Amino acid sequence: MTAVDWGERWSEVRKLLERPGPFTHPDFEPSPDTLKMLQENIKVLVIGAGGLGCELLKDLALMGFTDLHVIDMDTIDLSNLNRQFLFRKKDIGRPKADVAAEFINQRIQGCRVTPYYNKIQDFDDDFYRGFHLVVCGLDSIVARRWINGMLLSLLCYEDGMLDQSSVIPIIDGGTEGFKGNARVILPGLTSCIECTLDLFPPQVNFPLCTIAHTPRLPEHCIEYVRILLWPKENPFGEDVAIDGDDPQHINWIYEKAQKRGAEYGISGVTYRLTQGVVKRIIPAVASTNAVIAAACASEVFKLATSACTPMNNYCVFNDIDGIYTYTYEHEKKEECMACSQVPQNLEVRLTDKLKDIITMLTESFKFQMKSPGLQAMVDGRTKSLYLHSPASIEEKLRPNLKKTIEELGLADGMEIAVADVTSPTTILFKLKIIE
Amino acid sequence: MEKPGTPSSEQSDKAKKYDRQLRLWGDHGQASLECANICLINASATGTETLKSLVLPGVGAITIVDDAKVTPKDIGNNFFVDGESIGRPRGEVALHLLLELNPDVRGTFVDQAVDEILDNQPDFFSPFTCVIATCLPESTLLSLSKVLWDANIPLLVVRSYGMIGYIRVQIEEHTVIESHPDNEMPDLRLDRPFPALQKYMDSLDLETMDSKEHSHVPYVVILYKTLQQWNQRYGAPPKNYREKKDFIQLVKEGMREKESGEAEENFEEAMKAVNTSLMPTRIPSGVESILNEAASNTLTPSTRPFWIMAKALHEFVTSEGRGALPVRGTIPDMTADSEKYIKIQNLYREQAAQDADWVLRRVLELSQQLGPRKVMITESDVKAFCKNAHALRVLKGKSIAEEYKGSINLGDIGAHLENPESELVWYVMLRAVDQFHSEFRAYPGYFQDQVETDIVRLKVCVNRLLADWGCGPIIKDDFIHEMCRYGAAEVHSIAAYIGGCAAHEAIKIITAQYVPIHNTHIYNAITATSATFTL
Repeated sequence: MTAVDWGERWSEVRKLLERPGPFTHPDFEPSPDTLKMLQENIKVLVIGAGGLGCELLKDLALMGFTDLHVIDMDTIDLSNLNRQFLFRKKDIGRPKADVAAEFINQRIQGCRVTPYYNKIQDFDDDFYRGFHLVVCGLDSIVARRWINGMLLSLLCYEDGMLDQSSVIPIIDGGTEGFKGNARVILPGLTSCIECTLDLFPPQVNFPLCTIAHTPRLPEHCIEYVRILLWPKENPFGEDVAIDGDDPQHINWIYEKAQKRGAEYGISGVTYRLTQGVVKRIIPAVASTNAVIAAACASEVFKLATSACTPMNNYCVFNDIDGIYTYTYEHEKKEECMACSQVPQNLEVRLTDKLKDIITMLTESFKFQMKSPGLQAMVDGRTKSLYLHSPASIEEKLRPNLKKTIEELGLADGMEIAVADVTSPTTILFKLKIIE
Repeated sequence: MEKPGTPSSEQSDKAKKYDRQLRLWGDHGQASLECANICLINASATGTETLKSLVLPGVGAITIVDDAKVTPKDIGNNFFVDGESIGRPRGEVALHLLLELNPDVRGTFVDQAVDEILDNQPDFFSPFTCVIATCLPESTLLSLSKVLWDANIPLLVVRSYGMIGYIRVQIEEHTVIESHPDNEMPDLRLDRPFPALQKYMDSLDLETMDSKEHSHVPYVVILYKTLQQWNQRYGAPPKNYREKKDFIQLVKEGMREKESGEAEENFEEAMKAVNTSLMPTRIPSGVESILNEAASNTLTPSTRPFWIMAKALHEFVTSEGRGALPVRGTIPDMTADSEKYIKIQNLYREQAAQDADWVLRRVLELSQQLGPRKVMITESDVKAFCKNAHALRVLKGKSIAEEYKGSINLGDIGAHLENPESELVWYVMLRAVDQFHSEFRAYPGYFQDQVETDIVRLKVCVNRLLADWGCGPIIKDDFIHEMCRYGAAEVHSIAAYIGGCAAHEAIKIITAQYVPIHNTHIYNAITATSATFTL
């Protein structure tokens, strides 16, 4: 099916596609076939149907793309409506991907958006290999790292040379309040998400002793109630976890936090702040999402058509004081854990315990893993050191956590395979005993 | 255990819907937005994309002025028209589809050419908080700009031209109290402690504290004490990098080793804070010039509250403030025991309240001299003004008519164009295509079969413009070719980018929060770069 053509409908993009210009990619050949190719052959995956995703679907559909796919695991909430413009009050509770696809398909004739109300982890490499370009409008770093790892795993190398046809570009956008960034990743060729992991420092939590004994800020009072008081008092029954969307829960926390604030003379505990801290809310506006999604869509268009050279390769945006952008080439990290093809060393002392290694994998800026499981390759056989699931195995392996490298029988040069939610594939480390 | 009751402060649906933005501009910012009345001239893709990001956050009302009918081209680049609407009034269709986004917003459509309105209804624009215009030929733009400048109504000109975007803000004067600066220096007054702070600090003795207390003293105390030591030795606070390094060393000497062998966190924080916390208390130069202007102003009944408060602030600075702004009253978080931190925080707060009170008194005196005023200045206005005194901003604009007369800084244009990466070249190109349009009634490259001839003609326009500004023909042919390639195409992703930016500029103007561009922004999607010029 081709897009409905009302004669002049695509005249604006056709000027870019059918006329030569001094700033096009060297591969560019002006031709009416390019638009046809865009409409008939190019399959684009949009990950996330939230603030960026809604914009991306609209932008791409109006740049001439017709075969769009969108994955999102969330349902629509009232607080989305100030920016996620494909959703209305009547849609609250429905899957974002479904509603977004319906709206675009209805408004833009000829465009076919296929929705997936799923997690990205629900799909395998065959699914992802089917796309020419992947655009991410995500708020989760773990998901970004996972999709990055997935597209890296699709690369084919022949005699150490990258087969360019196996490269699926990632166009990644992110926003927070009035700030945002857009970047182009050519897996294997340019810096990837893991290369720039230091741009996303791990979230800082307040020290427990501050929360428990020396609160100074209203946030400390809220965290006190959330972390210490809730499990003690179980206000809504045993084993009822905090639901940030339940106003009764938030209100209970709010009132208790206020009380704690009063005890210490701390002012500023409000309902809004309480909700913000409990749900870790990131402020968001329509305008920033529109800008970043548009910047990403322009890059998708450039990559698909060569009508212009793509951005190289990272752009930050901020419109607090005037409008500021900065575009630069973020360099590939030579020993990147995900894209470098360089074996990773895991430096340990013989006296280190397994749990110290797990702490290092989760806490160091370089790795920032979430819940790594470790297996060693001993004499050509796989030996599980620690796995989080299933529970029976976890229980069996738990004693290993307190054993040292030496006690586990590990030695210099041995390979350790680490599995974590931040990557679809296991990462192979070589043990390097130091001192 | 208390039984959970019904929520005592459950939020309204509106507060929930707007929650993510209320955390940025607050309920008062939202209230301003909901009172705003916006006019869009021409519902092109760039126009509707701008309105979209104003309708979603809940602007009060919108009016679309457009006499065009929906064409297939609109279907291709504009989300706020649909297949069934070809041939219908574009403004009407767009208004309907925009209002559908948010039931809180009201809207009107005017099926009239803007030239006609400018000729026959001189007061048409007076109800608007801000006018957004796009796709206007130069002559119409200049008439509109003059009318709005004279009526003191902010004008935003937005434009997408091929891969290039343009935003121009025309506003005579814009004052900002809440500029929300990104990286603020703390206001601790260690170089000139106010009496209550000094008294409290002097009552503390680090030497006699037990180890627990010592490791929980807020770093502001550590810095105060070290500064006293330092001043005794050297007579004046550390100024340069080397002195600050020595100062850090002196802080370190006061640190005790904890039983666990770890360093004291509060001392480590103190060492890190030396650079920002020991900056001499002074008035930023931008604020200084605002205060000077306020001082020289003669107040009249029409003087805006900002300038009355600025005049009062100037009086405060030269009297009770002894040369400094009111104490801000907020301090950074510091590792500390609750009691001391909160005590110190309250000292700063109380001083801030006291200073604001002095300013308030002066505001009231000044107001009285002016007789009964329409706009009342409240105590909370003055408090906010004082709290943000260090970050006040005033933009003095220039009209587009003035800019087009050539009274822009010509030296700058030449210098910028010498730089091959300057985005200013695109400004020149946009001006040139407008002149081309005035002359030939079409944009260069608009018709496929005229691209080649138009390249030659556009080059003439560009060089004529440059000559008018006293520059040689310094623009490369590449830019001329590229402009003709565009043929005035309005590409959706560029329109969406500019629409997003422009909507936020409108919100800045409406809420008087954050700082608008001053005054011309160029977006270059070829390289994904941008620049702002004051023209």
